Amino acid sequence: MKKGKEPFSVVWRKHRSKYLMIAPFGLIFILFTFLPVAISMILSFTSFNMAEMPKFIGFKNYIDLIVQDDIFLIAVKNTFVLALVTGPLSYIMCFLFAWLINELPPVPRAIMTLVFYAPSISGNAYLIWKLIFSSDTYGYANAWLMKLGITNEAILWFSTAKYILPILIVVQLWLSLGVSFLSFIAGLQTVDRSLYEAAAVEGIKNRWQELWYITLPSMKPQLMFGAVMQITNSLSISSISIDLVGFPSIEYAGHTILTHLHDFGYVRYEMGYACTIAVILFFIMMLCNVLVQKLLRKLG
Amino acid sequence: MRKLFYAIRHYLKMRKIRRRNRSLGVDIALIIILGAFGLFSLYPLIYIIVSAFKPMSEVFIFPPRLVVENPTLNNFFDLGFIIEEFDIPFSRYAFNTLIITGLGTAGTVLLGSMAAFPLAKYEFPGSKLMSNIIVYALMFSSSVTAIPNYFIMSAMNLIDTIWAVILPAVGGTLGLYLMKNFMVQIPDELLEAAKIDGAGEFQTFFKTVMPLCKPAWITLIILSFQSMWGTTGGVFIYSEEWKPLSYVLSQIVSSGISRTGVSSAVSLIMLVVPVTVFVISQSNVLETMATSGMKG
Repeated sequence: MKKGKEPFSVVWRKHRSKYLMIAPFGLIFILFTFLPVAISMILSFTSFNMAEMPKFIGFKNYIDLIVQDDIFLIAVKNTFVLALVTGPLSYIMCFLFAWLINELPPVPRAIMTLVFYAPSISGNAYLIWKLIFSSDTYGYANAWLMKLGITNEAILWFSTAKYILPILIVVQLWLSLGVSFLSFIAGLQTVDRSLYEAAAVEGIKNRWQELWYITLPSMKPQLMFGAVMQITNSLSISSISIDLVGFPSIEYAGHTILTHLHDFGYVRYEMGYACTIAVILFFIMMLCNVLVQKLLRKLG
Repeated sequence: MRKLFYAIRHYLKMRKIRRRNRSLGVDIALIIILGAFGLFSLYPLIYIIVSAFKPMSEVFIFPPRLVVENPTLNNFFDLGFIIEEFDIPFSRYAFNTLIITGLGTAGTVLLGSMAAFPLAKYEFPGSKLMSNIIVYALMFSSSVTAIPNYFIMSAMNLIDTIWAVILPAVGGTLGLYLMKNFMVQIPDELLEAAKIDGAGEFQTFFKTVMPLCKPAWITLIILSFQSMWGTTGGVFIYSEEWKPLSYVLSQIVSSGISRTGVSSAVSLIMLVVPVTVFVISQSNVLETMATSGMKG
């Protein structure tokens, strides 16, 4: 990593304190993040059932996954549908709500931040949706629909394929005001107030212009951070699918790349294959990241 | 009510002072949007709170209600009886969680911020590569890295110690990436000024950089605390005496419908601590931000 045109000793003398500041984190990172990722990537070229030693099989996992595994294709399709809807929408929601809340005076602002962040702070509170969409007449959704006379009998929400993706989208959006939202809130608080006053003098007319010409440009780093978070989150929807619509879901309607991975890694114990899925997902995320960063740069 | 009055007065005053570009009509519309989505967001949590105080007779009423007619503490008492039957005292689990959460959060914030500073503000051999690795490390599914992680842990004799949970969390790059994105905004002049005053890299970091990114690391504390608080230890900690709180409580929740009331009580208890941390740290952010701005 520490290579360059200058000899190592010169680089070290010049930047020693910087490397020393990175070192403690770097050591832990290499051992417990980098190395496991590297090993997983190697395992993706093996057949590994966790009981015997991994056996090298070249690209067989990759070929099987792309050519033969029809369910993987369903998973990819579902993942993309979920990501394309929830990714951009949740990103916009995160920013919009953070920005609106920032307009409030301090006390209501703190309260509203908590209110919006509440679903993310409460662990698996999303299980409450199981109750809302419960298939019997105790479910809130069914109770209301019947009360309003829209249906006569309870809808089997989680066992009807066409309802599954919409439900997952609603729950994911409900959960989406998380990390990015908080970083936007914090980012908005670091925007220089005097810029706004200067802008008012310069003839900025309304809050939308203010947003476009001052707030957004001042928050570029946070917007980048948020984009990365939303990409990874919206492409890695899995636990809400497993917990809410069951595993495997009816007609694989809630099957995502990560639930597919879960299937092979923790149900069938085909770890090599599971690692292959992880590697493919990794490259999909990298690709999306490059695209979105390009897009954001063009806008900014 | 008085609080509300002051809030409104403060708001009107702010509007006047800032004088900038706000129309009342849009303000009202925005407040309505905020309120509507707020309810949507809060609804299931209200449900958790209400259910925790519901007596058995009200849990299964049709149609389900959001109010409790005869609030009771029985669910909490029942939980107490269940806890008393454990082989290991409850306080032990709480202690484990405290240690894990404390060390994990402190490690994440300190080591992550310290590594973020040089990467955010300087260019040196390797800095670009490291920055890229940090972003892409966020994208590899942690459910497969858990297996190699287990092997690494056991090779280092760390399995069944709290370090098996703490170290991977500290080694995650989310915190570093967050901090780095805030530190980029610190003006170079401030760092130059610190250097002219004779401060070394470490001193600059602690005395200048960290105070300036307070909102960022407060956010990181919230995030890190929350994830450490929720950790169950999984296969990394198997001895009962080192298991954290959320493991025991999730065991209670997963034990069936006859304990519906109890599990609502558990959810509420698990919720209270992170929410408290959140409220304290958020109000802290607001306090400091009222007096200082990063670029001001």
